Formats: sequence, C-alpha cells, structure tokens
Amino acid sequence: MVSLTTCINNLELKNPFILASGIMDEDAGSMKRILQEDAAAVVTKSIGLHERNGHSNPTFLELEHGLLNAMGLPNPGIDSYGSEIKKINNDNGKIIGSIFGSNVEEFEILSEKMQNYGVNALELNLSCPHAKGYGLEIGQDPEEINKIVRAVKQSVSIPIFVKLSPNVNDICMLAKAAEQGGADAIVAINTVKAMKIDIETKRPILANKIGGYSGKAIKPIGIRNVYEIFEAIKIPIIGVGGITKGEDVIEYIMAGASAVQVGSGIYYNGIQIFTQLKEQVIKWMTQNNYQNIKELIGVAHK
Amino acid sequence: MNQPEIVKIESIQNETDSIKTITFFYKLETIPGQFFMIWIPGIDEIPMSVSNINNDNKAITFRVVGDATKSLFNLKKHDLIGIRGPYGNGFSFHGNHHLFIGGGTGIAMIAPAVESCLLRDEPVDVILGAKTKDELFFIKRLQKTDANVHIATDDGSKGYKGYTSKLTEKIIKEKQIDTIYTCGPELMMKSIFEICIKNNISLQASLERYMKCAVGICGQCCIGEGLRVCIEGPIFSDKQLLDISDFGVFNRNASGKKKNIQP
Ligand SMILES: Cc1cc2nc3c(=O)[nH]c(=O)nc-3n(C[C@H](O)[C@H](O)[C@H](O)COP(=O)(O)OP(=O)(O)OC[C@H]3O[C@@H](n4cnc5c(N)ncnc54)[C@H](O)[C@@H]3O)c2cc1C
Ligand SMILES: Cc1cc2nc3c(=O)[nH]c(=O)nc-3n(C[C@H](O)[C@H](O)[C@H](O)COP(=O)(O)O)c2cc1C
Ligand code: FES
Repeated sequence: MVSLTTCINNLELKNPFILASGIMDEDAGSMKRILQEDAAAVVTKSIGLHERNGHSNPTFLELEHGLLNAMGLPNPGIDSYGSEIKKINNDNGKIIGSIFGSNVEEFEILSEKMQNYGVNALELNLSCPHAKGYGLEIGQDPEEINKIVRAVKQSVSIPIFVKLSPNVNDICMLAKAAEQGGADAIVAINTVKAMKIDIETKRPILANKIGGYSGKAIKPIGIRNVYEIFEAIKIPIIGVGGITKGEDVIEYIMAGASAVQVGSGIYYNGIQIFTQLKEQVIKWMTQNNYQNIKELIGVAHK
Repeated sequence: MNQPEIVKIESIQNETDSIKTITFFYKLETIPGQFFMIWIPGIDEIPMSVSNINNDNKAITFRVVGDATKSLFNLKKHDLIGIRGPYGNGFSFHGNHHLFIGGGTGIAMIAPAVESCLLRDEPVDVILGAKTKDELFFIKRLQKTDANVHIATDDGSKGYKGYTSKLTEKIIKEKQIDTIYTCGPELMMKSIFEICIKNNISLQASLERYMKCAVGICGQCCIGEGLRVCIEGPIFSDKQLLDISDFGVFNRNASGKKKNIQP
C-alpha cells in the first residue's frame, strides 16, 4: 500500500493535493464539492476586511500555454464570509483561510476572525500581482513580511502559511523573513505578472491591463522557486503552479514541496483532476517502488 | 481558445425602444440556451445568450440596463466586438408536447430554442410575456413558425392579462404538456417550477448569475452545492433545482456577497 499522507507542521493531510486560492472557493457549496473529490484541503478565496468587487471584466482569458487573470481580489468581506466557512463540514478535509490586508493591523483582525470561523490553517496572501495596495505590493519587503507574520503568529494558534510571489528578485530572502517571523510553511508560487494585447483593437484585453499568468506555462517557474526556497529554509513548502498531472506533483515534491496546490488544472481537466492526480501519483510510486510520498520530498537536491 | 475573437457587427435590428439584436459572423457551433462572453473593448465583458443561429451567423438580443449594455446599444454596423464561447450546456428537448415560456429579455434566448425544437415535428406552444406590449419582441418571428404563440402582459395591453405563470396553469389544463422550457425573471421561473413540480411536468430553466471567467474556475457563478452556472448550467432541470437552495432566494454580486431576491 502506498501512503500519500503528508504533514505541514502539525496539519495532517490525507494526501498532498490542495485546492489553490481563488478557484471555485467563493462560497461553501463549491468548496464542499471540491472536498468530495480527492482534495485533502481547500484554500478559500483571499478575503479582506471589506467587500470588494475586484476589477471589471475582462478578468480572464486563455493563452497558448496558460491562463491570464486579473480578478483583483473580489470578496464579500470577512464578516460576510464566516457563514460560508461554517457551512463546510471539515470531515472531508481541511479548510485553509486565505486573507489579504494592507497592513499589520488588518492582517491581525482578519486572522483572528478566520480562526474563529473554524479554519484549520491560515494562508497570508502576500503575493497577488494585480491589486493596488495589497498582495505583492506589500509582499516584496522582507521586513514587512516579517512584521506581518510575527503579528499574526501572536494573534492565532492555528498554523500560518505565507504565499509568495515569483515576481521578485530574491524569493528566498522573503521566505527566510517569513520563517523568522514564525511562519509554519511557505506557499509558492502565486501567478506571474503578464499581459495580452489584442492586435486588432490595439489594446490590452484585461480591463486591468496587467494580470497574473497561471497554468502549464508557469510550472518550471514554480519548480525553480520551490527548489531554491527548499535550500534556504527549514519549514515545509507547498508547491503551486501549473500542475495538471501526477508527474508534475512528483516533480514539485522532488524539488522540496511537502504538498501541492492546484488551480488552473481545474480548467484543463475539470474538478476530477484531484482523483486523476491521486491515481497517477500512486501509479508512479508503485512503478518506482516508493511506499511513502514523504520519502520523495526534496530528493532532487543532490 | 478561450480568448475574445474580434468580429465585425454585420447588422443591427431594433426590437423595441430599449432592445436591439446584433448579428455577427462567428463560426463555432452553438445550440440554443448557450451563451457568449461579449467584449466591448474598453468597457466591459458580459454574458449574452445566443438569440439567433443561422449557420455561421449568430446574434444576441439585449436590453439596456447599465453601462455595458448601453455601449453595446450605441455600436454601429462594422464596429468591432470580441466574442468567446459558446459556453454552458444549452437546452435538450424531451417529451412530445413542448411549452416554452419567455419573460422579458428571456424571450431572446427562447426564440431560437422554439425554432430548433420545431425540427422534431412535435407540437410546440410558446408564451411570450412582458410588463406591457411595448416591451414584447420576436412575436412575428415566432408567429411565422408552426408554434402556437400565446401572449401575456401584466397590464393586459396585449394578449392575456396577467403573469405568464397564470397563463401556464391555464394551458397545462387544456393540453398535455410534457416539458416546459423557460427563461425570464427568477421569481417568474420559480412560480413555473412550482407548477411543474405540482403537475409532474419536467422543466428546464435558464438561470443567470454574475459571471467573470465563464469557464468554471473563478467560482463567481456557483449555486447550490458547487454547480457552476457557466458550466453545468445555465439550463437546470426541475430535479437539479429542487436541490439548489439559492434558486429564487438569493444571487451574488461581483464581490460574491449574497443579495436577497425574494419579494
Ligand atoms: C448566461 C447569461 C445570459 C444572458 N443573456 C442575456 C440576453 O440574452 N439578453 C440580455 O439582455 N441580457 C442577458 N443577460 C444579462 C446581461 O449579462 C446583463 O444585463 C448585463 O451584463 C448588464 O451589464 P450592464 O453593464 O449593462 O449593467 P450593470 O449596471 O453593470 O448591471 C445590471 C445588472 O446586470 C448584471 N450584470 C452585470 N454584469 C454582469 C456579468 N458580468 N454577468 C452577469 N450579470 C451581470 C448585474 O448583476 C445587474 O443585475 C445574460 C446573463 C447571463 C448570466
Ligand atoms: C482565476 C484565479 C484566481 C486566483 N485568485 C487568487 C486569490 O484570490 N488569492 C491567491 O492567493 N491566489 C489566487 N490565484 C493564484 C492561484 O492560487 C495559484 O497560485 C496560481 O494560479 C498558480 O497555480 P495554477 O497554475 O495551478 O493555477 C488565482 C488564480 C486564478 C487562475
Ligand atoms: S463565471 Fe467563473 S466559474 Fe462561472
């Protein structure tokens, strides 16, 4: 029997597959549906203090090798979101609450509320590439990251994950700052800043002009980031970016990830992707004589 | 690929003071009940059902309600818009005697469904409903077909005076209807749903929810237990609707916040 159970510090997961933030996680119903698939956990949409519509449409389009989005952190505000989380029964899997704020105080308030709603862990979005004043705009500065994580750590008792952006000079420095602040894990990567111009109408298609690139094209970027972060820190890493098949999961784990998140994969394969990944990973491990997925974490570091 | 294909507007037809039909050349096969995402460059991108399917010519028919539909309304022949899709499941016809009910702008997508269903050579009845006669459209288009066309207006300015649901109750007493297909205000569809459940008639209702990606990832349009109106919908059956507690109760705006739609 192959064992897929994995651990992010003390958060036990029945397998390494987690739904990434921002994909089918705006309401309880959709997260419940994903948890009925073979996902061990779901990350909520990133939630802020106040209601936000996000950017105008077009907010999404497909490119040759990936997806481009500029949703712009739409969310109903933390106070409205509690009822969604409370409706999800944690029996099927874990819930990770993603939050975004513009300063330390906002992150403190949001993290306490999320914890009270009953989430099993927090994910701090310090990496959204297309929302003014949030995400990446405050997630490039190691000192700011350190301050935010430290403050959240003091406010809550559940594990804290920090989601980082690849749109920076040195992601390892940021990962270290998060680790020193008391983070329990690093999530890498958020989307890659990108743009699509329509040459007939001669304008960027996204209303926000700039968006975040996800899906197949960004997998090598995610792998490289996870690989480098693994050498820089001791806390676990959750790998995200471009996963659509079992081999991609194995690759992220070999690079140093203890678990992975899947977002755009749902676009390519549908929500059955979690079941497909599970079957494909088990098959690969069986063929290659591995019993325990944990044996594979970081083996590419030679 | 799911990115806007730029098309030229081939023709524009005025239907009422505030409703227009825009026809464009778009090759992808489309069935009634499916919708496009219409990009109005520099303004917005909004969902619109297909209202006419004529080989490679497709049309949308829309009412002015806000900024995006107003800009669409002001476009001229040969102006450029972006189209992606078609999206969603579309209608599937079952049974022998079919009843179509379009309320308000819902008439736009009911018309091609009626035309397509008639190809089965089975009896088709259709109710077109609006607040008042000036808001009705596609009457001539449907009267030209073999469908029995019934008209209802809230104020009685044309046809039956009263709601389409009342007229529905009357028609199902006179005729042995197997399936009802409807698109219109959600509360109208909720009444029709209740009639269908009570009378054991199957139903296909076309739901509207705020849409962003239209490809099933952003979660904006999810209803019930994670059903995506853009993928598993927009057409839902009576059986599915029984389990969708949002139906006729609330929708969610662009932020995802719930908005009560009960009277
Ligand atoms: C699957 C589907 C098919 C539709 N088909 C038709 C049609 O055939 N004819 C027609 O006239 N209308 C149709 N609509 C409704 C149409 O999309 C809205 O009227 C339009 O988006 C309004 O935009 P606006 O900027 O003019 O108005 P706004 O002032 O922005 O909004 C007015 C109303 O439209 C809704 N709306 C705005 N943006 C969106 C969006 N991105 N997605 C969904 N709703 C939105 C708002 O919630 C609000 O209730 C359809 C909607 C859906 C979901
Ligand atoms: C439509 C969409 C919305 C997203 N929204 C969020 C979000 O709210 N918060 C966040 O941290 N990441 C968000 N992301 C980024 C994903 O969680 C993920 O990091 C990224 O898409 C890379 O993974 P993928 O290639 O598997 O999609 C979003 C991505 C997409 C495609
Ligand atoms: S509009 Fe994004 S999931 Fe339906």
